Amino acid sequence: MQDMNPADIPGEYREVLLNLYDGTRRTVLVTDVETPYPEGKLIVSRTDPEGRITHCNRSFVDMSGYDESEIIGQPHALLRHPDMPAAAFQDLWETAREGRKWHGYVKNLRKDGGYYWVYATVIPNVRNGKVVGYTSVRRKPSKKKIAEAISTYAGMS
Amino acid sequence: MPYTFTVSPDFGPDQLANWHIFNTWLQRQLTTDIHFETFDSFEDQRQAIHEGKVDIIYANPYDASFLVREKGFVAVASPHHPDETTVAVSATSPVDSIESLKAGCRIAQTDDPDISMMGMILLEPADLHKENTETLVQDSYIQVAKALLQNQADVGFFLADAYEGLSNLVKSQLKPLVNSDIQIVSHALLLGPQLLDRKEELNSKLQSMSDEPQGKNLLESLGFQAWNPIDEEEMEFMIDLIEALAA
Repeated sequence: MQDMNPADIPGEYREVLLNLYDGTRRTVLVTDVETPYPEGKLIVSRTDPEGRITHCNRSFVDMSGYDESEIIGQPHALLRHPDMPAAAFQDLWETAREGRKWHGYVKNLRKDGGYYWVYATVIPNVRNGKVVGYTSVRRKPSKKKIAEAISTYAGMS
Repeated sequence: MPYTFTVSPDFGPDQLANWHIFNTWLQRQLTTDIHFETFDSFEDQRQAIHEGKVDIIYANPYDASFLVREKGFVAVASPHHPDETTVAVSATSPVDSIESLKAGCRIAQTDDPDISMMGMILLEPADLHKENTETLVQDSYIQVAKALLQNQADVGFFLADAYEGLSNLVKSQLKPLVNSDIQIVSHALLLGPQLLDRKEELNSKLQSMSDEPQGKNLLESLGFQAWNPIDEEEMEFMIDLIEALAA
């Protein structure tokens, strides 16, 4: 996955090197600008079994800040924010690969370096007994749950 | 013995009359006897489905999940008219956003599982859930509105179309807090195991329905433009989505 481009980031940012779940690395550029979750909407995406994005809805595109053509085919870690502990994603993938539903609070990274919080659910897409991909649905979390997640993740690696 | 056609019990009497006409159209197209059966509640309808007494159904996405995955139904077509939810309070309520609703609040809703689920999802930003709210199940959406106007409930869940269909007088006394904008879940017409071999034939008749003046008028009376075919994967995706939301 490509490193983030400074030209996409308005204003000041900090640079962080992320170690991704698949063993690769990515340099991300981060700001403290939060984008509010859109009222009444769900952010939906699907991936193949390896976690590459195959479909996403309009809300996903809008919130990510990318064009759809920049999203399709990319690993889901495109949205990985450095404040999210690796252990959370390890738990997500282990749970989903066992064919079970995962849910949790996630801070996502936007193309412009900003962020947005979601309550995410990931379920395996099982067809004829075989996992053919994963669907992820995100909804608006409460401020209290976000505060709890920030506190929990601060103590995790 | 005739086949049985039914629709999701969240439709009002006016809409049921139009679905009755659709049933007549269905009988002509499939040249077979089909009885139009209505149910007073989702529970009664589910019981009939479990007993194998339903052959064709215009189902909400929540019920479509168990019809397809547990009862062997297949989706034929959808009007692609999304099911959206409106969360509203009385116009006189001091509440002006979801986040200002408090634990202990009384929720008026029908027993429509889709709208109930989406309504509760829309309340999550206020940390409200089944355990810290009180549910008041009403027989219809007009009763949900009445419960708000009579201060028997603090907030109400409506099928967005039903909310829009309320009289202007009633709507003027209500205040919508949020409308869902999901876009990708909608009702679908499903065929039961006994009629699976008629799927392609029915699909073809449904596709051409909007080409004839009579069919077009009927579609408009049901609130649709046209039927769109649903393939198996589209239906499975919608079911995955509903299952993810039910988490």
